[in-house]
Amino acid sequence: MAIETREFTLKTEPFMLNFGPVHPSTHGVYRMRTTLDGEVVLDIEPVFGYLHRGIEKLAEQRTFTGFIPLTDRLDYISSMSNNMAYCMAVEKLAGITVPERAEHIRVILAELQRIANHLIANGSFLNDCGAYFTPFLYMFREREKILDLFEMVSGQRLTYNFMRIGGVSQDFPEEFMPALRIFLNQMPRFIDEYDRLLKENEILLARSRGVGILTQKAAVNCSISGPVLRSTGYQWDLRRADPYSIYDRFEFDIPVGIQGDCYDRFRVRMEEMRQSLRIIEQAVKDLPQGAVRAEVPHLVRPPVGEAYSHIESPKGELGFYLVSDGSIAPYRCHVRPTSLINLTALREMVRGWKVADLILIFGSIDICLGEVDR
Amino acid sequence: MTLAISGKDIARQLEERFPGSVVESRQDCVVVNAGSLQAVAAFVKDTPELKCDYLNYVTAVDYFQYFEVVYQCTSIKHNHSLVIRVRCHDRDNPVIPSVVGLWQGADFQEREIYDLVGIRFEGHPNMKRIFLWEGFDGYPLRKDYL
Repeated sequence: MAIETREFTLKTEPFMLNFGPVHPSTHGVYRMRTTLDGEVVLDIEPVFGYLHRGIEKLAEQRTFTGFIPLTDRLDYISSMSNNMAYCMAVEKLAGITVPERAEHIRVILAELQRIANHLIANGSFLNDCGAYFTPFLYMFREREKILDLFEMVSGQRLTYNFMRIGGVSQDFPEEFMPALRIFLNQMPRFIDEYDRLLKENEILLARSRGVGILTQKAAVNCSISGPVLRSTGYQWDLRRADPYSIYDRFEFDIPVGIQGDCYDRFRVRMEEMRQSLRIIEQAVKDLPQGAVRAEVPHLVRPPVGEAYSHIESPKGELGFYLVSDGSIAPYRCHVRPTSLINLTALREMVRGWKVADLILIFGSIDICLGEVDR
Repeated sequence: MTLAISGKDIARQLEERFPGSVVESRQDCVVVNAGSLQAVAAFVKDTPELKCDYLNYVTAVDYFQYFEVVYQCTSIKHNHSLVIRVRCHDRDNPVIPSVVGLWQGADFQEREIYDLVGIRFEGHPNMKRIFLWEGFDGYPLRKDYL
């Protein structure tokens, strides 16, 4: 008796899966409509706006100084950098020079903020990899010390509202420098520890090497900035390319990646922390005495005109485009949102990867929804 | 230091290649008319001496008499940047050609401008509101929206 053989083919068809907005892996209230074929991602469609507060419109009803607390709420992971970018834009518009000591204080705090941001970025990236919360808490341990430093200077641990137009709100308190010294002495060893634990970690390598590759051409075409751009091999850092504040005085390297995969982005952030420490060391060494704030009236009235000023925030190019009509409030205040623009390339990066990799690739971009939706 | 390309120099080159494209030229920017925006953008992006392939930002301002859309593009190779502005006088139905085909980075930013200022970008592959919902009444960043 002949045995009847029949070929079994599994027929699959694409289906839609909603992802977010309330999901721990979206790092906020980000939502994607994903089209999947089995486990493979065919396409994604990002849906924004769950945290839209209309900050650009609110700016038009506030004074130039009164808008500073709202900049804290943009990228709330790195408020200091937002403060700095906004104050620099107003200073450019109004032609205000910042005292030497204030510039040094700004650089020290901005670089501390970069370390704190990269600790969160890499910690949550490891979470997305599946190394659940152990590396994350290792990194939070050091971030806590940076927050302690910020609390000393500003009284806040998340939304600092510390920088002012023409300088900073107050000088370092007495206890700050000794605490910073201890931090600077300890931190290199902690970064070495992270490297020892993670650099050649089998799980991390297997999950992230070669995953979510972003080509140089696509990165530039999509206006990607920050560590994500540098991971593709471009040495493009605004601190070097378009030096602002006093960054032209410091020696530091710009770490770059090789092929632009998730692992490279992780490595670039790790190296940037070391470079930030180098910058802080130099800024502390030359810290001059003197005023921390220029003589600026509380109600600044910049002359009629427009100005765009950008800084290298931890996540990339953060800029403010301000238009003044000569009054005490900005006529128009536009934020160049790093996180929103860095998401442009996500669609190309995730196509063809599995759902688990989608989480990983998304996490490696390091976004903050406060800045995406504004 | 990123060198700011003089708008006047660029205006001269643009006038040669695309007569009538320049509306106004200042030291810090060049104002072109909407019809020739795509040609001008392709010119600054593809000319080897300019090669402004990185779009920093796109934004729009409502000046009552007209809307102004501002583009800043940078060349990573030459480390210089250029500001291009386009004005749109039609308040009821403002339309400007999209540059997404040239700089994909403009994708979300043009949608944001459409959402909040109400300028439609012709040729954009997905011209939908980005933050607010479809059916939202008005455009919040216009000056007559209270």
